[in-house]
This record gives sequence, C-alpha cells and structure tokens, in this order.
Amino acid sequence: MAQAHTTHDGSHGSYQSYIIGFVLAVVLTVASFAAVMTHALAPGMALAALGVLAVVQIVVHLVFFLHLNTSNEQSWNLMCFIFAAASVIIIVGGTLFIMHDTAINMMSR
Amino acid sequence: MLGKLSLSAIPFDVPILVGTFLGVVVIGLAVLGAVTYFGKWGYLWREWLTTVDHKRLAVMYIILAIVMLFRGFADAIMMRTQLALAYAGNPGYLPPHHYDQVFSAHGTIMIFFMAMAFMTGLLNLVVPLQIGARDVAFPFLNSLSFYMTLVGALLINISLFIGEFAQCGWLVYPPLSEMQFSPGVGVDYYIWAVQISGVGTLLTGVNFFTTIVKMRAPGMGWMQMPVFTWTAFCTTVLIMASFPVLTVTLALLSLDRYLGMHFFTNDAGGNVMLYLSMIWTWGHPEVYILVIPAFGVFSEVTSTFSRKPLFGYNTMVYATCSIMVLSFVVWVHHFFTMGAGANVNTFFGIMTMVIAVPTGVKIFNWLFTMYKGRVEFTAPMYWTIGFMITFSIGGMTGVMMAMPAADWILHNSLFLIAHFHNVIIGGVYFGYIAGMGFWFPKAFGFKLNEAWGKRAFWCWFVGFYLAFVPLYVLGLEGMTRRMNHYDNPDWRPWLLIAEAGAIVIALGIVCQLTQLYVSIRDRNLPENLDLTGDPWGGRTLEWSISSPPPAYNFAVIPDIHGLDTFHTEKQLGRRAHNKPLAPIHMPKNTAAGAIIGAFSFILGFGAVWYIWWMAGLGLIGIAVTMIMRSANRDVDYYVPVSEIEHNEEVYSRRIAAAQAAE
Amino acid sequence: MAHEATMSPLAHADDHGHDHHHETPNVFGFWLYLMTDCILFGSIFAAFAVLRNQFAGGPSGKELFDLTNVGIETAILLFSSITYGFASLSALAKNKTMVLVWLAITFVLGLSFVGLEVSEFSHMIAEGNGPDRSAFLSAFFTLVGTHGLHVTCGLIWMAVLMVQMMGPQDLSQRMMDKLTCLSLFWHFLDIVWICVFSFVYLAGVM
Repeated sequence: MAQAHTTHDGSHGSYQSYIIGFVLAVVLTVASFAAVMTHALAPGMALAALGVLAVVQIVVHLVFFLHLNTSNEQSWNLMCFIFAAASVIIIVGGTLFIMHDTAINMMSR
Repeated sequence: MLGKLSLSAIPFDVPILVGTFLGVVVIGLAVLGAVTYFGKWGYLWREWLTTVDHKRLAVMYIILAIVMLFRGFADAIMMRTQLALAYAGNPGYLPPHHYDQVFSAHGTIMIFFMAMAFMTGLLNLVVPLQIGARDVAFPFLNSLSFYMTLVGALLINISLFIGEFAQCGWLVYPPLSEMQFSPGVGVDYYIWAVQISGVGTLLTGVNFFTTIVKMRAPGMGWMQMPVFTWTAFCTTVLIMASFPVLTVTLALLSLDRYLGMHFFTNDAGGNVMLYLSMIWTWGHPEVYILVIPAFGVFSEVTSTFSRKPLFGYNTMVYATCSIMVLSFVVWVHHFFTMGAGANVNTFFGIMTMVIAVPTGVKIFNWLFTMYKGRVEFTAPMYWTIGFMITFSIGGMTGVMMAMPAADWILHNSLFLIAHFHNVIIGGVYFGYIAGMGFWFPKAFGFKLNEAWGKRAFWCWFVGFYLAFVPLYVLGLEGMTRRMNHYDNPDWRPWLLIAEAGAIVIALGIVCQLTQLYVSIRDRNLPENLDLTGDPWGGRTLEWSISSPPPAYNFAVIPDIHGLDTFHTEKQLGRRAHNKPLAPIHMPKNTAAGAIIGAFSFILGFGAVWYIWWMAGLGLIGIAVTMIMRSANRDVDYYVPVSEIEHNEEVYSRRIAAAQAAE
Repeated sequence: MAHEATMSPLAHADDHGHDHHHETPNVFGFWLYLMTDCILFGSIFAAFAVLRNQFAGGPSGKELFDLTNVGIETAILLFSSITYGFASLSALAKNKTMVLVWLAITFVLGLSFVGLEVSEFSHMIAEGNGPDRSAFLSAFFTLVGTHGLHVTCGLIWMAVLMVQMMGPQDLSQRMMDKLTCLSLFWHFLDIVWICVFSFVYLAGVM
C-alpha cells in the first residue's frame, strides 16, 4: 500500500523535489558567498542581500526538505512554525531595540 | 576526586541550619520508617514512583508543591522576623550572608518549585479528563518531567546543608552572580536546579500542547473546550515560547562562570544589561504561565457554584489569548530604570497598561457569572471572591508601576514587593488552592473539610493584607527590598504589623494542614464521600466519571456536541452510553523517568561541586537510559473488556447507593 | 534533551489504525520541540547580535574567519541534507539496505562537518583567540558550538537508529516515526546553519 505513495506523495517529497530543493539551496548559498566575497556591493547593501537570501533559502528548505505546506494535515505544524518565527522576531528584534537604545542613551558603546 | 567538596562545606557553625537538618532527618526517617514498617515500598514503587498515569503524577506534583510551600514560607517568616528585630542597635538574628541566601531561596523556591509544580499538578489532574482523553500524549515524558522538577527541588534544598545557596536574589543578576563576586557554589546550585527543572517544564509544555491539539474527544471543537483547558493551552504556548530563553540565559551565565567567557562580565566587552533583558524575556511570560491557569480555575469554580454557564465564554477565551500574546511584549517594565531611552520605556509602558484591559474583561465576566446566580459559598468560592478583590488591587498597583516615571521612584522598593505578592498570592496561590479544593474529590473520592477550608481562607486573606499593605506604605516611604537592617524609626511599626501578618498566614497554613488531616480522618462519612463522581453538580467532562477515575479515565470516549455537553446531558436525563466496550490501549509504568531523574541529580550535583567524573557519569547515564528506553518495545498493554465492565458495574452500584441515600 | 517521544498515542490510536501516511502525535510533538529549539537558537542569535562588535582589543571576525572552510562546511551540510532525504525516500519504499547506505553516507558527512568545526575551534584557541578572549568570541563560540553540539547529538541518534534498524525493530511504524523525527531535526539544523553562515561568518567579514 505504501508503494503508490513513494514518489508522488507531497508530504514526503520525491527524488525530484529533493534535487530541485538542493539545486535552489546551492544557488542561493553561492549567491550569499558571492555577495560578500566579490565585494561587488556596499556593506549595507550586502547585509540586506544576505538577509533576503537567507530568508528565501530558509523557505526553500522548509518546503523541499521539511515538507511544510498549507495542507490540512500540516496546518498545525505551519501555525506553530509561524508562531515560533514571530517569537524569534520579537526576541531578537526586541533585544536589539532595547540594547541599542540603552547604549545610545547611556553613551556606553 | 571530590572537586570543591570538603567537610568545611557543611555549615556546622550555623545553629539554625543544624537544627533544620536534624528536623529534616527526624521527619525523613519517620516517613521512611513508616513506609518500611507498613511494608509499602513495593506498592509505592510499582503504583506511584514508576507511574505514567497523569492523575498520580498530579498528586505527586502537588505534594511536592506543598512541601516546597513550607520551605518557602519558612524563609518568608524568617525574613519578616529579621526585619521586625533588626532595628537600630539590634543586628537581628540573621547575618547578611545567611539573610541573602534566605531571600534568594524564598523567591526561587516559591516560583519554580511551589507555583510551577502546583500549576503542573493541576494541569495533569484536569486537562486529560476535561477533554475526554485517556492520558496525555506522551505519558513517559510526563513522568520524566516530574522527576526533573523533583531533582531541581532536591538540589536547591540540599544547598541548605551542603555548601550554600546563591546570595544575589531569585534571578541571580550579574555581575554579582559572576565568579568575580560569587566564587562559592551558591549560584551554581541555582543554575543547575533551575536548568534541570526547566527542561522538565519545557517537556510538560510540549506534552500538554500536543495533548490538547491532538487528543480532544470527537466533536470537541476549539470553542467547545472548557475554559480551564483553554487556559492550560495558553500556558503551554507561553512555556514553549519562553523557557528556551531562560535555558539560554542561564547557560550563558554558566559559561561565564565555568569557562571564563564574557557575556555578562564587567570586562572584555561583556554586557550586564543584556542579562536583564534576556532573563525578563522569559520572566514576564513566566508570571502569566502561573496566573493564566488560575484564571481557568476561577472560571470553572465561579460557574459551577453560581449554577450558571460562564458569562461571556467567548470573550473569556479571547481575553486569555490576548493576555498570552501581550505578555510577550512587556518585559522591559521590570527594568525601566536600567537606562533605556524614552522610546523603549514608552512602548513597553503602554503595552503593559494594555494588559489591564483583557484582565478587566475577565473580572467582569466572573462578576456577571455570579450576578443573579444561586451562589453556593463553598471554600473554593471563598478563595475565588478573595481573589477578585485582592487581584484587582494588585492589578491596579501594577498599572501604577507600568508608568515609567512612577516606576523610577518605586523600582526595587517594598512597593514592588507588595505589588507582586498581591498578584501572586492573591491571584496564583488563591487560585491553586481553590482548584485543589474543587478537584480534590475527583482525585481521591472524598471532599475536603469545608469549615477548616474557610478558616484557612480567612487566615490567609487577613494575614495577606496585614503582611503586605504595610509594605506598600514602606515602599512609598523609600524602604528598598532585600534590606538586612534599618535605622529609620518610621518604618518600625509597619514592619511589626507585617510580621503579625506573616504569623496570621502561618495560622492559615496550619488550618490547611488540619483541613487535610480532618478530611482524611473523616473520609468515610457519608457527607464527605463522593460516590457519584459529580459532587458539585459540575459542568465539564471530568465529573462524568467515577472519583477517583480508573487508570484509563473513560470506559468509552464521549461524543461532544457543544460547550458543557455533560451538563446539558444531565438536564436531559443521565445518558446511558450504548457504544460497545473495547479493550483499551494503555502505557505501561516505567522506571526510566526515575532513573533519568537520578542521573540528572548526579550530573547536577557533580557540576555544582566541580566533580567532573560524577557529572560525566550522570550525563552518560542519562544518554544510556534514553537509548535503552527507545529500544524497549514492551511499553504498552490492553485493558481487557472484563475489567472495564467490572469497574463500570462498581461505579453504577455506587451511583445507585448515592441515589438511595438521597 | 529528550529527543524522543517514545510512547505511542493513546486515545485515538485505534481510530487511526496504522496508516503510514498519517502524521502521529509523536512527530507533531517532536515538531513542537523543534520550535522551542528554534527559539533557543533565536535567543543565542540575539545575544550574538548585541555582542558582535565587542572585540575588547582582540581579533574581529575579519581577521579570524576562513570563508573557504565555511564554504566547505556548508557544502557538506547541504549534501548531508539531500542524502538524508534519499534515506527517507528509501524508508518509504521499505528498502532497508538503501536506508542504511544513505544513513551511513549522511553520518560520514555529518562527522566530517563536526571534525572541520572542531579543527577550526582548536586552531583559534591555540592562537589565544578562545571564547574567554572577548565577548564577541564568547558569543561566536557559543552560537556555533551549540549548533555543532546539536549536530553531534544528531549523529549519536543516527547511529542508534542504524543499530536498532539492523536489530528486530525493522521499519515498523515506530521506526518510521523516529526516522521522520530525525529527518526534521537534521533539516532543521541546516536552517540554523543558513543563519550562522549568513549572519555570523559572511556578515562578520564585511
């Protein structure tokens, strides 16, 4: 009974989807390294590019390797991930906001 | 070989500790002797210590919480007594070194091992029963969580007799907690006790979230879930979102201490203020982790004893969820004075005040539930009404301190101490005790004594105001927290009143113990026995089964058609379930949780004292036990239909007996 | 710490039967653990972000980081992700031999990643640039080291599963759950590594 699902089942991926994901990941990784190592971009721009590329690559990994999708069965997984991501943004963003503001205000850095 | 540990680590020279130690030894030997004398070791091991049954784990959690309440309260009354004495020429009886350990231990124990353990106990007892599940999603992890909490509590109490405890407050702020200023083992005890119990709490969060999401009885949609389960759900979300931050913060502090890193040190670029921000990122959600389930208890108690459905179920759910989200964006109000600019303080000040809105919604919901209800004034109801008054006052002083400008005057004064005791005793503790009274018959099959329960309430209620209103005054008069001695004559009368309040609270605890004793003694009196499983005329599923419930809880998983299905069905005549009985798939008891707990203790103790072979042994032991457990395939069994039928028959006979008695 | 939820689901296990394509509470519970792990890494990233410029007179990332080494590490992890993916597919096809082969390849890749990281760390420490040198280095070692520690735990877990698979457990439902959990864990560590090479190494040399 498992046979029918081995290659086509969306929630488990297939050889094809793994390879697509892998190629995309390689391209994005190389782009990140190139953005910094070629010095083609100004530092601010390069940092922004790194951020964008990282987010895109995270999405690629989630979709092709972790098989996260919007199907009914995965809805709770997706919701938990969104909540966790929001928490991380609050924690990292909040900490930087607070510590940066404190450093300016106290002239400590 | 023994790291830092030597005979000099044992405080023979402190008479209070020697006395306590002797007391603990005598009581401990008495308990062990009694178990041996009655030949109960096998029973204890098979039925309790290795259990994975959520109801039994709940009982053990709550026993742990009550024991820790004694320890924490002993610390509290020692502090009050010190301050009642230590005026002008009198240094009091606690030298600063000892006093500092007492206030640090008081906070740590009350939050992590009293309140958290009590909360987890209530969740364990109630949640699976309310959603119609046979156990939690991961029963073995549940047992492991309990042992992690227990080991944390053991470590912190062992610090009383071997070595010392932290002297830098319940959140061990650096740089005081760094090696440079705290070279002893006190902070290490703190770190390992809290880390180990924190792992347990995190697992509890994962476990109950999965249980609530995946194991509700068929037909129970989200808006058909009992309010206590909703609050449990929000609490588990907060646990999963915030406890990892605590783990990281304390791990970074221990890297500073053990490996000489520079996260929070004064030199080499470390940043002390980062610790404050990080620890409160966990710390603020933590207080909501404690209080949200208490809100759930009040909701159940109010609607049951007012004989009415809860007023505004939907708004209650939305209010709980918005409190859950908001609690994650207010943490700076714990350190407005740290030096952040107006932008930061304004943002977090406003967010803090916003929390008062959903909390107010809840208070009104409870009041309107009681309005025109036939309120039955049982002991849990007393605690609930006491809560509404006390918590409202605490909430208002909280909003006062949410204003950064006001906080600059009140920060770290006794006003703050009064505020958070106002919400934690008045909100959390009153709630848990109400919950214990409410669900005690479900766990044991007999009710708690009402008269002693009400006496306990009055002592706590009056004692609370006597003990903490003076602290508001003292805070406004400028007395800071954690003082060991003072010279201001204006403060003295207030501190004496506060001492009197602490003594009245002590009487309240005595009343609670008496209540337990009297209830157990009189358990077989007909008015105390709970034969029907529904002693209060309850509304939710846990009252639809016998008290105490069988290990598998529900012989047949009920079908849910709406909110308070059980109550509706009672109105329509008691249902006779016509589904055929089937063998029930249940988890087997296991010693793995206890063994991993023991190795965690070895790991923690070894690491505290720098006994590295011992710590390594603990770590390897944990890993090996987990691997062996994962290879064990003999983890479940089926309850045969004949046994279920027998239990059901006994239950129907008890219901018939109860009806005949009426 | 406990990576495994070993108990099978209770209440509804009977209703669901043993459909291989239905996600069990075990996998969902593990996913939740991963989400908490995500927040754990987020907190360490926050600490790193605050302390990233606190060199205390010591070396900065620009002087320390060898991007070639980082590139090799990244490549290894990416390859190990896809080899684990192939192991998962073989498991679905009930081909135990191929599962073991792909897992073994993944294991070797993971081990070489850890080896590279250990040599990078020991090199830095030998030059006096250990974690106690500055707040920046404390945060760097802790962040990258925590990821490395996770990979090491994953390797131990992988070895245990391989041994168990050769024994009586075979490709039972329970083993499939474990393989799925480890797969989530392994791919999740990849995602963490994306953030590490982007915001620690690459941003650090700019």
